Amino acid sequence: MIDKRINIFTGHFGSGKTEISVNFAANLIKEGLKTAIVDLDIVNPYFRTAVVQKKMEKAGVRVIVPRYANTNVDIPALPAEINSLFEDKSLWVVFDTGGDDIGAKALGRYKSEIVENGYDMYVVVNTNRPFTDTKEKIIKMISDIEEASRLRATKLVNNTHLLGETKIDQIIKGNELVMEVSESIGIPVGFTAYMPKNSDDAEIMRQDFDKILLLDKMIKLPWE
Amino acid sequence: MGEKMLMKGNEAIAEAAIRAGCRFYFGYPITPQSEISHYMARKMPEVNGTFIQAESEVAAINMVYGAASAGARVLTTSSSPGISLKQEGLSYIAGAELPAVIVNIVRSGPGLGGILPAQGDYFQAVKGGGHGDYKMVVLAPASVQEAYELTVEAFNIADRYRIASMIMGDGTLGQMMEVVEFRDEEDNKVYEKPWAATGTKLLRDHNVITSIYIDPVTLEKHNLNLQAKYKKISENETRVEVYNCDDADIIVAAYGTVARIVKNVIKTAEKEGIKVGLIRPVSLWPFPEKAFQKYADVPKAFLTVEMSAGQMVEDVRLSLNGRNEVHFYGRMGGMIPAQSEILDKIREILREAK
Repeated sequence: MIDKRINIFTGHFGSGKTEISVNFAANLIKEGLKTAIVDLDIVNPYFRTAVVQKKMEKAGVRVIVPRYANTNVDIPALPAEINSLFEDKSLWVVFDTGGDDIGAKALGRYKSEIVENGYDMYVVVNTNRPFTDTKEKIIKMISDIEEASRLRATKLVNNTHLLGETKIDQIIKGNELVMEVSESIGIPVGFTAYMPKNSDDAEIMRQDFDKILLLDKMIKLPWE
Repeated sequence: MGEKMLMKGNEAIAEAAIRAGCRFYFGYPITPQSEISHYMARKMPEVNGTFIQAESEVAAINMVYGAASAGARVLTTSSSPGISLKQEGLSYIAGAELPAVIVNIVRSGPGLGGILPAQGDYFQAVKGGGHGDYKMVVLAPASVQEAYELTVEAFNIADRYRIASMIMGDGTLGQMMEVVEFRDEEDNKVYEKPWAATGTKLLRDHNVITSIYIDPVTLEKHNLNLQAKYKKISENETRVEVYNCDDADIIVAAYGTVARIVKNVIKTAEKEGIKVGLIRPVSLWPFPEKAFQKYADVPKAFLTVEMSAGQMVEDVRLSLNGRNEVHFYGRMGGMIPAQSEILDKIREILREAK
């Protein structure tokens, strides 16, 4: 599933980028790879990678967050430390980008470094979200993100879910829509993401989808 | 029920307004409610509605005054500092008896404060904020589904009574994502608005929308009419969730997302043999006094938990009128009370009550 050093997650806000990014990074660590994750969200101060910084660091992931992330000011400043990630060629890097084209804009700053190092740019799609529920809307979202980031989307991620109410037929329906988009614009589907309810559930999904990222819930609400 | 979507509280509020027939939105972006403005900027043109990013919150609330005067369903949204700026306009809207919906996705204060969740605007919302003897209906959803349903209801209440209704949620409610199930069709009653300034077509006298009354006798009469209207609203529009209160050792009062935390505390406490009840005011004004009075003598004590220095706790005390002990636990500055903190407080109160 992973073959590029730089792995960028983009998509509509609320599509599940952060949950997928932190899980993706956690998987890299489990495979014994030296891993860093960057919280590049310049849009939303809530529910971001910075929330799980300590947990990720404990697992051995290097975490880079904007200086004021998770505080009471929302200054969209990018830390200089990000530049160092392009120098250390032994490092696998995950970028958790802000939502929509506005969030993707921050990537443009690193365009030449990203291209030079080789990258995958994933676009995460939950077809149950209001602005990505049709083929046309998804394609528009992808092209807006590409334009703002000055990078090419290389893989799609089907992250169709309804939290605890997710049923397998919804995921399949979401997958069909993402496949349609894939065929229409020629960008392959990287994987389907899924948060299993238990181990049996996880097994069923593994059988149904050849490329799947099983998620552990990392970003939690105050009462979870 | 119909279509299901995964939405942020902010998006659900915006979508609800559109489904409720609101076609005018005036606002100015501010964290943590900007998604409402984004949603409206995108959606209003699709439904032939009007979205205006006003030059300020003061301008936005006065645009609301204008659209409401013409009989339109109209919405403005903001967060705490922006809502402070709207207070003068809200008082005028109350004086002129205009129906409008205002959303406050509360952040921490005072002053510029911060962008993280808080409940420190309770006094401002339910006790006035602006000048003069007036009230707004204030509804406090605790889930994204409820944010949708109460927003639709806020428009109906506003039209029914010619009053401003406010949806008040903290930043967490605005930002968190949950599944929303939309009704296939809203039961939007069409409210006749014979008072609206829609043009006389030379067939009737002018409708005058104003809050100025030159004659003090007339102004007092106007005030008495407003008070009579507020009394009627108190009788008809009080909303509350009472949970687990029969035989409770302690009853917790909490609203909005804090009530969600308390519900999990209830489960944990039960394992220790402590029975915790919850009274969750859904309408903050009118305040559900009767629910508190009904259970006044049941528990050993009451506890109010808020993300404030203690605001709703005053209404809990007024409702109980000395019939039981009322304790308080609160966090501020964008800090959210943890389940363990609330449970510790409950244990401490019950130890002392024995």
